[in-house]
Amino acid sequence: MAAIVSLRNVVKRYTRGKHSVEVLHGLNLDIETGDFVALMGPSGSGKTTLLNLIGGLDTASGGEVSVAGERIDSLSGGQLAKWRARHVGFVFQFYNLLPQLSAERNVELPLLLTSLSAAQRKKNVQTALAIVGLSDRAKHKPTELSGGQAQRVAIARALVSDPTLLVCDEPTGDLDRATADEILGLLQSLNREQG
Amino acid sequence: MATLSHQIIAVTANNLRSVPQRWGISAVIVIGIAVTVAVLVSVLAMAAGFGKTLANTGRADRALVLRGGSQSELASTLSRDNALTIMDARGVRKGADGKSIASAEMVAIVSLKQKNTGTKANVTLRGVGPKAFELRPEIKITAGRMFRPAVRELIVGKSALAQFEGLELGGHLTFHQGEWNVVGIFETGGDSHESELMADAETVLSAYRRNLFQNVIVLLESPQSFDAFKDALTTNPTLSVDVKRETEYYAEQSKQLSKLLFFVAYIVGGIMAVGAVFGALNTMYSAVSSRSLEIATLRAIGFGALPVVVSVFVEAMLLALIGGVLGALAAWMFFNGNAVNTLGANFTQVVFQLTVTPALAVSGIVLACIIGLVGGLFPAIRAARLPIAAALRAA
Ligand SMILES: Nc1ncnc2c1ncn2[C@@H]1O[C@H](COP(=O)(O)OP(=O)(O)O)[C@@H](O)[C@H]1O
Ligand SMILES: [Mg+2]
Repeated sequence: MAAIVSLRNVVKRYTRGKHSVEVLHGLNLDIETGDFVALMGPSGSGKTTLLNLIGGLDTASGGEVSVAGERIDSLSGGQLAKWRARHVGFVFQFYNLLPQLSAERNVELPLLLTSLSAAQRKKNVQTALAIVGLSDRAKHKPTELSGGQAQRVAIARALVSDPTLLVCDEPTGDLDRATADEILGLLQSLNREQG
Repeated sequence: MATLSHQIIAVTANNLRSVPQRWGISAVIVIGIAVTVAVLVSVLAMAAGFGKTLANTGRADRALVLRGGSQSELASTLSRDNALTIMDARGVRKGADGKSIASAEMVAIVSLKQKNTGTKANVTLRGVGPKAFELRPEIKITAGRMFRPAVRELIVGKSALAQFEGLELGGHLTFHQGEWNVVGIFETGGDSHESELMADAETVLSAYRRNLFQNVIVLLESPQSFDAFKDALTTNPTLSVDVKRETEYYAEQSKQLSKLLFFVAYIVGGIMAVGAVFGALNTMYSAVSSRSLEIATLRAIGFGALPVVVSVFVEAMLLALIGGVLGALAAWMFFNGNAVNTLGANFTQVVFQLTVTPALAVSGIVLACIIGLVGGLFPAIRAARLPIAAALRAA
């Protein structure tokens, strides 16, 4: 199977004033379509840095980043935003739900970037919430959800637009052990069924 | 295109929902702009009201004669001989008794206590000739009676009565070592003479131990007789005078002061507007920084920079609009129709009404929107350039 993510000699340097920290020193990496890959390493080892490059949130200092055969290291900020809308779903450690919006409104956000009609959006949102098992929490605000539920809503939001890849940065980092296992299990079954 | 408007609406609506959570800092922009607009609209209302009052003063068939080069009545002096020559000139209408309908006047300044502030301010005391009321039929005695010549009696305009202490009918005023009695109250239908005191010219002259008049006012045979009258005076080698239609004179006087008031309005309004812009910048910068995680999340999902920029602008404009409306409303509620006095033509008080017109209110609100626009600009740029990865990390 073809590599969905392919990194060639990727260098990432953070420069602040005169100081420059090189975090990734010529990294090569291939991830096959349908893979479920976990990056492990101590805090500060560069996991977030790498995921940001793969997800198009940040640009490499050198090397090539290709996703689904497309070079994204040369895209402009505006092009990257459009690219992310089509290809990437993000799940963050602290869920990053918009506190003013209900669960279903949060899940609908990525669909506002598509040309789907309101009715289609509603249908897709319901499907995504059903997949994560939260159909009965559609009208709840993030503050009315437990951590695990909030992360399920975030996962629904990440996959509602059927992205090419799902980027999860410490998706269980804020959850207790049992809930964390539950979320990981959900992600794994999603990978089996949808990936 | 449809998706862009979806993005803009979603981001903007979501942002506006979060405004109440940062109400304290939002109040900075609202209050700053409200105060600026209230002050600007009030001063402009003052200028407009002042112009209206002075523009009402004067008639086209009356002419005012001042010494050549005098900007105002107070700066002018005319000798008794000159005054007689002027009153007898061609073009002046004659009364039933065959005498010119004209008034040689002496203008003095009296300092009186104001009712509302308790501080002293200047009032014009106008000594008028025996034909002054034939000359100015608009003057109506509404209480008491006309002053008599040769005794220290005066009549009081109704605006002066409202503004100053001790001008009630039967009251006594002491100035220039003499005591004067208020024997009558008059109205003129809203011109600047209503802010004056009037008495017999000869009595005022002798009280002030003076022998010079300030001006001569004549009633013309018709408005068209003005040129003949003016020619007669300017070609007379014994005279060096400026001749103006009364309407023209007051229009000029009001123009200068209106100009000054407009100038003050724009200078004061401008300085306050700059302050309000900084307040708006402060509010919007802090709004953007408190939203940085939300903005970064939306950008990560794939939202463009434009919807974020629009959301910042809409918030700034909405808050500015609230401030502008509150400011205009405050100016209207507190000042519209208020009688205000200010330095008039003779550095004395002219009482006039502030008129907060819809046009003024609109220009205040337009100013508010401009402040909101400028105050939203740089924060919006910052929001658009927000580094997504760093903002997500900061959470
Ligand atoms: N914006 C930045 N400027 C400077 N250094 C940074 C910046 N972001 C991350 N780093 C550094 O890069 C290294 C890797 O960070 P990160 O990718 O967040 O690691 P991890 O996610 O594995 O904990 C750390 O040493 C961190 O201090
Ligand atoms: Mg990390």
